[in-house]
Amino acid sequence: MASAFSATAKFAQPLPLNTTSSARSQDKLSPPALFDPFRTSSSAATSPFLGSTRQLLCKSNRPLSHRRSSSSSAVVAISDVKQKKPKSSSNLLITKEEGLELYEDMVLGRSFEDMCAQMYYRGKMFGFVHLYNGQEAVSTGFIKLLTKDDSVVSTYRDHVHALSKGVPARAVMSELFGKTTGCCRGQGGSMHMFSKEHNVLGGFAFIGEGIPVATGAAFTSKYKREVLKEPNSDHVTLAFFGDGTCNNGQFFECLNMAALWKLPIVFVVENNLWAIGMSHLRATSDPQIYKKGPAFGMPGVHVDGMDVLKVREVAKEAIGRARRGEGPTLVECETYRFRGHSLADPDELRDPAEKAHYAARDPISQLKTYMFENKLVNESELKAIDKKIDELVEEAVEFADESPVPDRSQLLENVFADPKGFGIGPDGRYRCEDPKFTQGTAQV
Amino acid sequence: MDRDNRVCVMGEDVGHYGGSYKVTRGLADKFGDLRVLDTPIAENAFTGMGIGAAMTGLRPIVEGMNMGFLLLAFNQISNNCGMLHYTSGGQFTIPIVIRGPGGVGRQLGAEHSQRLESYFQSIPGIQMVACSTPYNAKGLMKAAIRSENPVILFEHVLLYNLKERIPDEEYICNLEEAEMVRPGEHITILTYSRMRYHVMQAAKTLVNKGYDPEVIDIRSLKPFDLHTIGNSVKKTHRVLIVEECMRTGGIGASLTAAINENFIDYLDAPIMCLSSQDVPTPYAGTLEEFTIVQPAQIVTAVEQLCQ
Repeated sequence: MASAFSATAKFAQPLPLNTTSSARSQDKLSPPALFDPFRTSSSAATSPFLGSTRQLLCKSNRPLSHRRSSSSSAVVAISDVKQKKPKSSSNLLITKEEGLELYEDMVLGRSFEDMCAQMYYRGKMFGFVHLYNGQEAVSTGFIKLLTKDDSVVSTYRDHVHALSKGVPARAVMSELFGKTTGCCRGQGGSMHMFSKEHNVLGGFAFIGEGIPVATGAAFTSKYKREVLKEPNSDHVTLAFFGDGTCNNGQFFECLNMAALWKLPIVFVVENNLWAIGMSHLRATSDPQIYKKGPAFGMPGVHVDGMDVLKVREVAKEAIGRARRGEGPTLVECETYRFRGHSLADPDELRDPAEKAHYAARDPISQLKTYMFENKLVNESELKAIDKKIDELVEEAVEFADESPVPDRSQLLENVFADPKGFGIGPDGRYRCEDPKFTQGTAQV
Repeated sequence: MDRDNRVCVMGEDVGHYGGSYKVTRGLADKFGDLRVLDTPIAENAFTGMGIGAAMTGLRPIVEGMNMGFLLLAFNQISNNCGMLHYTSGGQFTIPIVIRGPGGVGRQLGAEHSQRLESYFQSIPGIQMVACSTPYNAKGLMKAAIRSENPVILFEHVLLYNLKERIPDEEYICNLEEAEMVRPGEHITILTYSRMRYHVMQAAKTLVNKGYDPEVIDIRSLKPFDLHTIGNSVKKTHRVLIVEECMRTGGIGASLTAAINENFIDYLDAPIMCLSSQDVPTPYAGTLEEFTIVQPAQIVTAVEQLCQ
């Protein structure tokens, strides 16, 4: 089963799309440009309107069939993205500072999730809680490369994405406890981590729901640069989702749009091989998800998601591509969740041998080993980080415990951004003018 | 779009084609292909994209080529558009406008003749308005674009050809207010969208017969303007609701409940609600006519209520 995926990274490149070309690009000497479905007009009078299909049909006299026949051979397997060089080499993948940062972030993710499990069984949090144990390399590998203005969109397994992006652990823990000090005032819960400050755009309960939102955030980035003429707008959006989502229509629709418009987005598939109890191989006709990228005109990459350094190398490339305006990338990270789908999942279907196989490749242990072998850190430095994180998580729990639960007056406060949306009452006044209105006592 | 360069349009054929009912004609020429975005046929995804863009600072207007197509975007409209302001604890606003033509047209068949206002009305966090004249179409559209809330604007396929003189200067209509079309004394007729014209046609007949109906175009389907409606009920004591959506679970059903809850003491007769039949709109012209409320039925209903 799991042996279908090797630990090397595979790249799949799309063929250049020599389809129709716009009137302008005919003049260029460079290789035929991808058909650019846009041209933004800066002023009304000077912009030629790329209107009728009549023009497009005249230009295109190349058959499209060649693309389909050779796309299967466009998959190119390249050997390891990273070589784990022995100690004497001078080109290590990370510096000591970076190594410590990665280690700390992964340990934070792991400790936090472990604490969530404890708190859940003690009755401090409820509902559906999906833990990220084992997948930390993907979150850390990608998100630590982002700036504060870049956006992250996730799924219901979003605690660690929020933490990696910079949301304070106490805010996330409070949210899980359902307190007003939570990042969403207790209104979102485990599956809805949002942070405007850190550009975490959710947290979505239904799979695939967040991918169009991520596409929209990437669209805004492009719009800001090209329409609003903000020159430094090169914000990248990362969309995280799982293997089950890759069979969903929204995934394919967004791959198409992102590639079509060259949106600055990276689609990160956290393929942990299981969608609750449904094995990826039982649900998917072609289980190699990265191959779906070239079908839409973007590179597809498969990477070992248990190794934070490999993920980081691929992420650098993909995020760089997006930032330069070269378009989206589909990255499939082969990873594994050590716990069940959620805290309610008895996790009976997965083969213990499979679990053991991946447990042996725990990303935190792997990073530790790498750093020791390359003499980047010593034991005590890592222990100090472990202790710091433990204290941080404990403090987060204390903070959450002591925070107040939401008052009744909070009930209707955030339903509308503009509370006039609740309408005009029988007395002629807007309902929101009644101070008790948010308690829900007023009729709507 | 001139006033605020964050306003953009997204939808199928809104750009080069000018919109399936030419609502966006000329805009792509003027504003470019990125501001007037021709999307692929992927309602769920591009509506979600509009929501993501709204969350990150733009003010998109998403067009459903026909309102019925927005059923494919129901996931995004219900779960994200309506809910994200709340589940994010108020951090993200979604100033999106979702609009499109709906309603029963001329033999367009069942799927292209849908009225989605009844399906969307329970979604918390959205506002719904229905325009009916060129004047209120422009005013409501502007108000919807400027609103910080997500607004669904229902247009009607058969009303695009209406001509009316409207002011040159800028004006907006209030999203939450109803419109008094014809003041009267005997009975309150509440309606919206195309049925307004059937009601006004019936009103001519009624006036000849000696009745004095008060006609209110409720415009705001969610929330209801209970002030205008209430004042009218207190004056006339009789209510007739004429709507195009289906009988079961429609806007009329909600409105009946709201009026009963708030103004039961002022009613001299039970509220009567004329809605479309609970049937997929048939293709045949005669059957299609029977599906929706016709002026003659309105006249009969008024006569019955006023006895």
